[in-house]
Amino acid sequence: MRTVFARMGRPLEMGLKTALAGVAEIAASVLVVVAFTTLVLLVAGAPPLDTFAVLVKGSLGSWSKLSHVIKVWIPLTLASCGLLFTFKAGLWNIGVEGQVMMGAVATTLAMRMGGPSPLAGMVTALALVAGMAGGALWALCAGFLKTKAGVHEIFAGLGLNFVSQGLVLWLIFGPWKQPGIASMSGTETFDERLWIPSIEALNLSPAALGMAVAAVIVTAYLLSSTRLGLYLRAVGGNEKAAVLFGLKPHAVMTAAMLCAGGLAGLAGAFQVSGVYHRLIPAISSGYGYLALLVVLLAYYNVWAAPVVAFFFACLNTGAIQLPMLLSLDSSLSGVIQGSMVIAALAVHSVSTRSRRSRG
Amino acid sequence: MMDGFDMLLVASAVIAGAAPLVMATLGETLTERAGVVNLSLDGTIVLSAMAAFVVASLSGSLLAGFAVSAAVGACVAALVALFSVRLGMSQVAVGFVLTLMTRDLAYFLGSQYARTEGPISGSAPVPVLSGMPVLGQVLFNHSVPVYLSMIMVAFAWWYLYRTSWGLRLRCVGENMEAAYARGIDPDLVRVVYTVAGGALVGLSGAAFSLCTKPGWGQPQGCEGSGWIALALVIFGAWHPVRAALGAYLFAFLQVMSIHFQSWFPDVPAQVFQVAPFPLMIFLLAVSTLVHSEEAKMLAERHPLLRILTRGLAQAPPLSLGKARSRD
Repeated sequence: MRTVFARMGRPLEMGLKTALAGVAEIAASVLVVVAFTTLVLLVAGAPPLDTFAVLVKGSLGSWSKLSHVIKVWIPLTLASCGLLFTFKAGLWNIGVEGQVMMGAVATTLAMRMGGPSPLAGMVTALALVAGMAGGALWALCAGFLKTKAGVHEIFAGLGLNFVSQGLVLWLIFGPWKQPGIASMSGTETFDERLWIPSIEALNLSPAALGMAVAAVIVTAYLLSSTRLGLYLRAVGGNEKAAVLFGLKPHAVMTAAMLCAGGLAGLAGAFQVSGVYHRLIPAISSGYGYLALLVVLLAYYNVWAAPVVAFFFACLNTGAIQLPMLLSLDSSLSGVIQGSMVIAALAVHSVSTRSRRSRG
Repeated sequence: MMDGFDMLLVASAVIAGAAPLVMATLGETLTERAGVVNLSLDGTIVLSAMAAFVVASLSGSLLAGFAVSAAVGACVAALVALFSVRLGMSQVAVGFVLTLMTRDLAYFLGSQYARTEGPISGSAPVPVLSGMPVLGQVLFNHSVPVYLSMIMVAFAWWYLYRTSWGLRLRCVGENMEAAYARGIDPDLVRVVYTVAGGALVGLSGAAFSLCTKPGWGQPQGCEGSGWIALALVIFGAWHPVRAALGAYLFAFLQVMSIHFQSWFPDVPAQVFQVAPFPLMIFLLAVSTLVHSEEAKMLAERHPLLRILTRGLAQAPPLSLGKARSRD
């Protein structure tokens, strides 16, 4: 990890040689993943070429498919941006999954309270802010468990993920159940005036897309050019040294958690207000966990993260048709994504090792 | 209101329900005692549960199912060992990615076997002993994997604290350089116990799909237990018996949540289903707080508290999660 940081610290020194090495690394890992996936497909008795074709056509084959990819890309990118803050501070914010859910819950709460008033646009805007606050508050819980009670953030986050999943289910089957009968289909659909405006033909919200792009730019700026970014890197790089420089690691970690939770909460808010228009049991769709993989594969680089997120969104979208066309389970996308990260990490560490031993 | 509540039945259900969790907890305790965190538990258990179910139903042999599950667990653990011990990659990153990947792999490969009939490791009362009052029903009226889990607890304790192999293992976990100076190969020990611990974790998957929660589906029902096992290792302060007690405590909470559901029908079922998870995390917080300076100062003044904190306070193996520098 330290070499990664060191590399990012001086991007200008990256010469042609390093760039070539990077391309070779990517090629090698893609090769490993294709070989592994083909093996898995053969074991499952599936035709590998047809399967890959379905994945590509199902994600990039038409404009409507591409708009679906972007709909997945938005929450994935937002959560990934949030995770960059916590990873820079050396924190494993596994609770991001619950933070997405709590953002969705807070947005739903705000929309139900606001209702379809003449000021619907205002209610929607406030609901998005509420979503960010919900995610940030949930992250704060994990942060306090870490800094005040000494519970490792992985376990604090996981515990809170279980709690938020339970809360979502309880709300859907309890207080927020549909009139008549509660069901897995979720709460009642919001009034149409409360939806985030979207392009009808593509069912895509330009506002959400714009905010996700803005989040990437703001994250890049905050991490590279502000004190906050410097403090995060200082604490993540060496907590004890940071103390000697007069930093308070716990305060910096809490700030990182707040940023991460806010962005994850916004992801949940868009899922509720722009995609499903109601709260459903699987509201987070596992995008929080997937975002952790995105950031790992992007080597904690803020500009690489949206690209990786797009690639992962393609896989997720392409896999939707696997059960219908080839009667294969759609979890294949997760297998490819996971093996991609493992292969990339392994290839990277092998190549840096051999480069170091060569001098 | 308390209808149908039988202490003996509850105790017996706890012993049986905890069996897979006990195996996974013991496996991870061994691994972490050697200084490696295998974070891939949750996915490994799902994958090995799938493998055990498929192999057992195709071959009709329970034994083959268990053997394959142990092999699957060992293979995933070997990946963790290869990447973290040999290549020096972050153990947390590798383990976490493997957790997600192996779970999806299980769902993908096992989808055609979902909700099919499969063999179940049925009840096998121990001859004579099961006739004993109280203990007979609680301890000796189970299926084979449950007995196995109980024997494993005793064996793990004996191995860690009463054999020279166990001493070497603990030595590597505490101080790799000192172990190296004494002629032990720390990397070899780490790889061996990561793989052995992984095999135990794999067995726990088979114990789920062939015994405690028989069958395969998406979800299987064992999801989340790997994370609980990881938390229990910390809660148990890296001591096999204490970690196993934690597993029994968790199983007790799960059994009780079923009873609570029937006692309080107004409270939605979801609350009780997830309640044991945050409770475990809360216990984790309490057992970590015991380590704090304030708690130690307080304990010094109260003899009763001192006994309590000594029971709980135990630092992790010193080289846990660290890679050995080869410079």
